[in-house]
Amino acid sequence: MTTDDDRPGAGPAAIVVSGLHVVRGGRDVLPDLTLSVPAGQVVGLLGPSGSGKSTLLRAVVGVQVVAGGTVTVLGQPAGSPGLRRRVGYVTQAGSVYDDLTVRDNVRYFAGLLAAGRGHRDVVAAADRVIGAVDLTDHADVLAGALSGGERSRVSLACALVGDPEVLVLDEPTVGLDPVLRRDLWALFAGLARDGRTLLVSSHVMDEATRCDRLLLLREGRLLADTTPGQLLADTGAADADQAFLRLVDGAGV
Amino acid sequence: MSPRLSALTAFRVLRQLRADHRTVALLLVVPSVLVGLLAWMYSGTTTFAVVGPALLGIFPFVVMFLVTSVATLRERTGGTLERLLTTPLAKADVMLGYALAFALVAVVQAVVTVAFAVVVCGLQVAGPVWLLVVVAVAEAVLGCALGLLASAFATSEFQAVQFMPAVVLPQVLLCGLLIPRDGLPTVLRRISDVLPLSYAVDATTALTRSASGTGDAGRDLLVILGFVVVALALGSLTLRRRTA
Ligand SMILES: Nc1ncnc2c1ncn2[C@@H]1O[C@H](COP(=O)(O)OP(=O)(O)O)[C@@H](O)[C@H]1O
Ligand SMILES: [Mg+2]
Repeated sequence: MTTDDDRPGAGPAAIVVSGLHVVRGGRDVLPDLTLSVPAGQVVGLLGPSGSGKSTLLRAVVGVQVVAGGTVTVLGQPAGSPGLRRRVGYVTQAGSVYDDLTVRDNVRYFAGLLAAGRGHRDVVAAADRVIGAVDLTDHADVLAGALSGGERSRVSLACALVGDPEVLVLDEPTVGLDPVLRRDLWALFAGLARDGRTLLVSSHVMDEATRCDRLLLLREGRLLADTTPGQLLADTGAADADQAFLRLVDGAGV
Repeated sequence: MSPRLSALTAFRVLRQLRADHRTVALLLVVPSVLVGLLAWMYSGTTTFAVVGPALLGIFPFVVMFLVTSVATLRERTGGTLERLLTTPLAKADVMLGYALAFALVAVVQAVVTVAFAVVVCGLQVAGPVWLLVVVAVAEAVLGCALGLLASAFATSEFQAVQFMPAVVLPQVLLCGLLIPRDGLPTVLRRISDVLPLSYAVDATTALTRSASGTGDAGRDLLVILGFVVVALALGSLTLRRRTA
């Protein structure tokens, strides 16, 4: 679902960040960030490690102390109680319980997110998302016994099971093999087609081509807010990596 | 706050515990082994009749303090707490979930330990035995509540474990186990008056000494519950939705 915030020139925005200022460890990690994420798209948040991606995503889900500016999600201030069922969040570390099985992890989050639904719905929803992240064969394995990539897919399943309107995913494809990465990006595209909004971070520039839109971040500043095709056209680069370098060089001149 | 979400969280904590057979075995067996050891040490004297009941209140407190402070510290540092607080789960649900789960474990622990003390070690209990179990459970919940609170001040599991000697040992020394609280120097006596463990030992002592001690034990229980509520409330204040 989307908000009916129809700003001129842009589609309805699911996330609006305005003048966001975040200080961490005494440093201005995000000095003054303004951007918006259109609804119903897969938006890639790309930038090198330490550029402030996780910090921005934490601000969007409302767990980051901010020094200034506003973050609005689906028309409400980030972190509002009304958003807790509508926004799904996957942390970079893949926060799941290592001493629970895959199934028990997903069922717990299914229960937390599915107010009013019966036990059978919870069980069915959990099994469905475990299938969607391709872990059905591992459903009864303890999360702590999985590989890093499998564990991060458990974490993803725990967010998907609430069927949120906005998904905030912090580097969900890191450490996955190419086939799985392709499948996950296809899953994200499918969710966006159903009207979900996805904000997905990655430090791997290659992933740019999988996104509908791109936000390029460097040292807490927005380098570009564009589409993959436009990025290559504007910079004349052959790939996203090269385009990023050209933007950095251009900004430095 | 929602009873459903608290219960769901308690259930999840119990499931986590279930995966850890060794911890469960230690939780259930170690108190009985220690009570048995004491009964053996003091066999032939009347000391066990004095020390035994006190230990029934102290063990669950110490054990649950440790288990809970480490478990919730993991939740804080592992990122799962950050994630939980972006869901409809309230902070109080997190606290209550843990308290409920460990209270349930404490019931089993207390039944096993009290049964062992009474049946195998021949501990004489003048008051109702079930009330002794209730005191032990209340102490366990108190340990759990203080453990939740302590975990807020630790940044590693090493630190969390160090809160044991810092928070728990002084209470064990002053609670009336080593010498009756009446025999303490006045200042220490006053300090022991505001330490929750003292009330556990008062309650178990009252219960085992005479059948008329039930009323005193009831009052001590209320004091312990007061401490539990305050510790849980303070603990949920230490859960921050937004962090730096
Ligand atoms: N908990 C923290 N305390 C202080 N500084 C932090 C903390 N977490 C991250 N930072 C700093 O904030 C900056 C941005 O970090 P982050 O948002 O994690 O970047 P990214 O996700 O793009 O790798 C980095 O310089 C990092 O050192
Ligand atoms: Mg990051």
